[in-house]
Amino acid sequence: MTPTRRKPPRVGDGPIIRRVLIGATLFFGAILVLAPLIVIAVEAFSQGLKVYAATIAHPDTGHAIYLTVATALIAVPANTAFGLAAAWAITKFDFWGRRVLLVVIEIPFSISPIVAGVAYLFVYGLQGLFGPMLESADIKILFALPGIVLASMFVTAPFVARELIPLMQAQGRDLEEAATSLGASGWRIFFSVTLPNVKWALLYGVVLCNARVMGEFGAVSVVSGNIRGQTNTLPLHIELLYHDYQAAGAFAAASILATLAVVTILAKVGLERRGAGRRPALGSAAKEQNTGTRT
Amino acid sequence: MKIRLEQVVKTFDTFRAVHGVSLDIESGQLVALLGPSGSGKTTILRMVAGLEYADGGHIYFGDQDATDIPVRDRGVGFVFQHYALFPHMTIAENVAFGMKVSKTRRSKPEIATRVSELLRLVKLEGLGDRFPGQISGGQRQRVALARALAVDPKVLLLDEPFGALDANVRRDLRRWLREIHDELGITTLFVTHDQEEALDLADRVVILNEGKIVQEGKPAEVCRHPGSAFVMQFLGDVNKFPGVARDGLVFIGETATGIAFSEDGPVDVFVRPRDVIWEKDAGGIPVDIERILHRPDGLTAVGTTKDAIRVEFEIPEQAEPDLSRGAGIILRNAQVFPRGVKSSARVGP
Repeated sequence: MTPTRRKPPRVGDGPIIRRVLIGATLFFGAILVLAPLIVIAVEAFSQGLKVYAATIAHPDTGHAIYLTVATALIAVPANTAFGLAAAWAITKFDFWGRRVLLVVIEIPFSISPIVAGVAYLFVYGLQGLFGPMLESADIKILFALPGIVLASMFVTAPFVARELIPLMQAQGRDLEEAATSLGASGWRIFFSVTLPNVKWALLYGVVLCNARVMGEFGAVSVVSGNIRGQTNTLPLHIELLYHDYQAAGAFAAASILATLAVVTILAKVGLERRGAGRRPALGSAAKEQNTGTRT
Repeated sequence: MKIRLEQVVKTFDTFRAVHGVSLDIESGQLVALLGPSGSGKTTILRMVAGLEYADGGHIYFGDQDATDIPVRDRGVGFVFQHYALFPHMTIAENVAFGMKVSKTRRSKPEIATRVSELLRLVKLEGLGDRFPGQISGGQRQRVALARALAVDPKVLLLDEPFGALDANVRRDLRRWLREIHDELGITTLFVTHDQEEALDLADRVVILNEGKIVQEGKPAEVCRHPGSAFVMQFLGDVNKFPGVARDGLVFIGETATGIAFSEDGPVDVFVRPRDVIWEKDAGGIPVDIERILHRPDGLTAVGTTKDAIRVEFEIPEQAEPDLSRGAGIILRNAQVFPRGVKSSARVGP
């Protein structure tokens, strides 16, 4: 019989520390993250399937879902295009203001969405910067779909760019330079060299961006005006139902968003398996370390 | 295709990377740009390729002024240090890329034939279906070369092509590149910081330092007649002795070396380790030997002179060199340069 060898503890590897850390993480994870999700599921069905189905089938809920999907359909592609353009510009060109642009892209992450909403009120509102001009041209931005889309786009602007920039930076310019020297045009390089190498990271950014667009509350609540059946997106609708003391209805509507979240997580895990989200995964060839360099 | 650089200048922000470099490369030659890092060698190569624009001067391909021709239309094959193979394409697709995007249309079977021809040339037949991630570094670099050759470039440019490979593979690929060059006869310019590689491979070596050409010539010329202390030190291990030239002769310390030098004044004497002769008892510069290093091709002695100058030299293979008796050394094939003349040599050995 071979005696079981006791592993000598490494730093912070003692049994007490290990158990306390793991235990605390699991405990808080359950309380903070898992419990609310379970509550949503339980509460949504608390008054039976009928109430659940009725809420989901209610025209106001339907309209809210429609509005949310419509917003996502416009905002996500727009931000994808913006993210790609920004990442390409920042990583492949040197220009004045490059660092500033890098910081500007991050602003929506650090600013409260409600501030963004209020800012939009001042820009497009009746008393705002462009208000009178838009009014005379009969273009309605606030309290309508365009406003909702704009606010959502502001909040989610960094998502795609943030995924692409580190990856494209790690990949460097060698591939593009190789392609040009072989005679490829700009578009050709983009579609047959750049895009295939960032596609998983791009999709990952799109998934995260979509989740955030559909779930955005703060900025949208300011610019949408909260008109039931007209300018209510799903998150706003949930809040309305809740304030109307329709707890079961609110939770039913919330379960839709929760389901979306779970789908997003699954998609995210799937994409991570393919190498997205992990930093310099693809530059394999480019990252070979020098051996035996001499001077 | 003959290449001519005329007073080419490149400045990055405030740093002047290349100072008015002029260079003629004969058609069909294999030329090495050799220099330490920061010497501007890669910048020159990238300007010839068109990946970097020259701030001043002209680059001619034959009689044509190519300075303002974009990379895409310049017709150069460029090989990168880190291969830059397209990771999502197979080896065959990588090689075919240039032909697919080319303005001259080629039919599919035509491209396929050329791809297999090129893969045969670089000795990678049968690997066409692999991806770059599935082959070794040396193989990747050969694919990169095949890809560059596929577009029938007028000029082949290689940026430290073997820099990322280990020593043995590097030596093999070097010979092999020479063979391919001799077979195709294409004008080739490559950048390296490895003197051995440059001397081994090139018809002509251009030595650069701080953005200027310090010497150029055939490998034999630059080895036998280094033009400056920098070149002497950069080309290989060397011993440096500060000395004085008096009445046409060089003295190191009190020792008369018998080396003639016409300009009187302080000088630096450079001698390769194999040109230092160990004279057990008789004369020469006295040296205390501290250590014997064992190398596969012989023994190397490390010692210091009375003036605390470190000396390294080769000694005859023998069982137990007797160190206790001390020694004198005599210098052979010494190169003497006046000290204080602006030479951008790195700190001596």
